[in-house]
Amino acid sequence: MSIFYFTAILSILFSVLVISAKNPVHSILYLVLTFFTFTVQYILLNAQFVAIVNFIVYMGAILVLFLYTLMLINLNKDSEPMKTSLVKVAAVLGGGCLLVVVVASLKATAVSDPVLFKNPDLGLVKNLGKVLFNEFLLPFEISSLLLLSAMVGAVLLATKDPKTT
Amino acid sequence: MESLFNTAKSVPLNHYILLSAIIFSIGVIGVLIRRNAIVIFMSIELMLNAVNLLLTAFSVYHGDASGQVFVFFIMALAAAEVAVGLAIIVMIYRNTNSIDINVLNRLKW
Repeated sequence: MSIFYFTAILSILFSVLVISAKNPVHSILYLVLTFFTFTVQYILLNAQFVAIVNFIVYMGAILVLFLYTLMLINLNKDSEPMKTSLVKVAAVLGGGCLLVVVVASLKATAVSDPVLFKNPDLGLVKNLGKVLFNEFLLPFEISSLLLLSAMVGAVLLATKDPKTT
Repeated sequence: MESLFNTAKSVPLNHYILLSAIIFSIGVIGVLIRRNAIVIFMSIELMLNAVNLLLTAFSVYHGDASGQVFVFFIMALAAAEVAVGLAIIVMIYRNTNSIDINVLNRLKW
């Protein structure tokens, strides 16, 4: 129980650091730490396959993609654009209002039960594979089409057009 | 390992919702206060991850595996979105020499 609260505080701290760090490279490194705390949460929920996929896909693939893009762009620190403090205060107020509304609607519900494991083997690969390839076979195939089209689109967008330049 | 799972049992569901709401709000604030397009993308990733955690918690709470399968589809969608979005950012940088989103004001109308 205390592990949950410890990692929850850590993930809130790191995600605040993600949006407040001046240097984008530091933001990406804090985002890696945030995703690691999420992986710990998944392991605590016994969702082992989700934890592994989160570890490999998010921390391994997506954040490396961010780092490579940042290396390609070669940002200077003095060119880092910042908004005016009035816009910042308004943005924090707006986000805070969203949080207050969600928490207030949460207070209106009854006191919740603790999260119990009704089926401890739920998050294992065997169970998830059975559900994925029986009930969700069509969305699975369609997501492969989505990934293919995203790959084609990314290559098409990022390659330099020799005629225009 | 078994004792580790037993410790998680006593966490109320409300606290998972609270954690996800806080992370989601931080993501929203990050989208609003930053002008760097890459940091905005990272804030969107933060919001997607908050939703993933909430879906997994509800899936364990109800003993239904569909929630965790849905997390995979969100992850596939996030990967596609990041690939296309970063390609667009690279193209914008090549044309305007900056990734400040205010430069894109010219896209109006």
